[in-house]
Amino acid sequence: MALKSSHLLGLRDTPAEDITAILDSAVAFKEILNRPIPKVPTLRHVTVVNAFFENSTRTRISFELAEKRLSADVVNFSASASSVNKGETLIDTIRNLEAMKIDLVVMRHPLPGAHTLLTKYCDSKVINAGDGAHEHPTQALLDLMTLREVYGDFNKLRVTLVGDIAHSRVALSNIYGLTTMGAQVAVCGPPTLIPRDIEDLGVKVYYDINEAIAKSDVLNVLRIQMERQDSGLFPSVREYHQTFGVTSERLAASHKPITILHPGPINRGLELDADVADGPHSLILKQVTNGVAVRMAILYLIAGGEK
Amino acid sequence: MAEMEVRLLDEMDIQRSIARLAHEIIERNRGVENLGIVGIRTRGVYVANRIAKEMSKISGSEMDAGVLDVTMYRDDFRSRKVGPGMQVTEIPFEIDNSTVLLVDDVLYTGRTSRAALDALMAYGRPSRVQLVVLVDRGHRELPIKADFVGKNIPTASSENVQVHMKEADGVDEVVLLRGGRRDD
Repeated sequence: MALKSSHLLGLRDTPAEDITAILDSAVAFKEILNRPIPKVPTLRHVTVVNAFFENSTRTRISFELAEKRLSADVVNFSASASSVNKGETLIDTIRNLEAMKIDLVVMRHPLPGAHTLLTKYCDSKVINAGDGAHEHPTQALLDLMTLREVYGDFNKLRVTLVGDIAHSRVALSNIYGLTTMGAQVAVCGPPTLIPRDIEDLGVKVYYDINEAIAKSDVLNVLRIQMERQDSGLFPSVREYHQTFGVTSERLAASHKPITILHPGPINRGLELDADVADGPHSLILKQVTNGVAVRMAILYLIAGGEK
Repeated sequence: MAEMEVRLLDEMDIQRSIARLAHEIIERNRGVENLGIVGIRTRGVYVANRIAKEMSKISGSEMDAGVLDVTMYRDDFRSRKVGPGMQVTEIPFEIDNSTVLLVDDVLYTGRTSRAALDALMAYGRPSRVQLVVLVDRGHRELPIKADFVGKNIPTASSENVQVHMKEADGVDEVVLLRGGRRDD
């Protein structure tokens, strides 16, 4: 059985079977990473373009490693050093790359839906590595993989996303993926950073971090973008930390340990205290390792499915 | 053409073959020292487990079989429908400088064995690899030969040999399918 979807554009329309297939395969791919020779010849015939129209270090490196572990040929492309600056359209850019015989595009783009547009005009398979404030499906899948390793499944698992929900593609993909898999999802943050009507997606909203901690098994703490502190959405970085910061004092009020996830990069002392980030219940570095495994699984299942 | 099924080996036949294979392996290797057993997923693993059990009985030293998934090393990845069937490879012993018994249920084209050899090499450098199969049905497409064979079964390439094991199929038997699909 291959995946039902031939691209990975987002988790909104990704069925539970596909998510399970990706997570199951990722377990086997994780083992490959620990072999003395952590490389398999499977995608020798596949050429992948990593097209990053927005900066990224972690996601791009994670994808690149995943591609290389599978023996794919990899071409990297970043907007800052490309003809995009000369006014070329996205479709033209990708079509030109396709004319050089590529098979798969991993793309990050500032515009939501850019990937969907691409699939209409190009033959390559497309994997979304982040589109604006819309979706970041591979990040959510690695979060799911990390949680499944600890909890076995998502049934009744209470996961709260904390922070800037309104501008976060990680949050939206997590909400879709987790609800599809049966978790109870909530969001927590200042009202200015939580979209109106978010309850329609089947999530609870907490405006009090202490209440969120009391009612959660897992906190997925999102990055507060420093750029936004001048936007008036929250008074100051200091006040954000005082009101919503995840600190060991706050976590100590819970009667059971709470698992901590963070998509990185962390602002230590802002959304998450250093001792929590490095604490025994933090899975942050496991997330990074699992990121490579889950991306290998996605590449394998997307590139290997029939066209 | 309708599929026709002929039973070639029953439970007792398989049991005898496995016992004989275990004895032969120990005889030719002069004991079990430095031997490791790895089964090729899926049914090769069950055959490997039984051979390991038999060898433990004969030699008195406990032997465990490992599991090898060769999906990533197959040469027909481009033409096959891929699925999430990958499973974790587990090798419970040090590959370097050991003699590895690579176990599969049916030896046919040799392509699976070829992939398994590549997969094995990702874990280290065995001093020797020996191929053990329950059934050799002929029709090799690569220069591969088994070191230990449970049963030679000459077949036509239009036929298909299937090994059924209790662990997966509820019954121990080897059947010949005529008019079935080609399946390696």
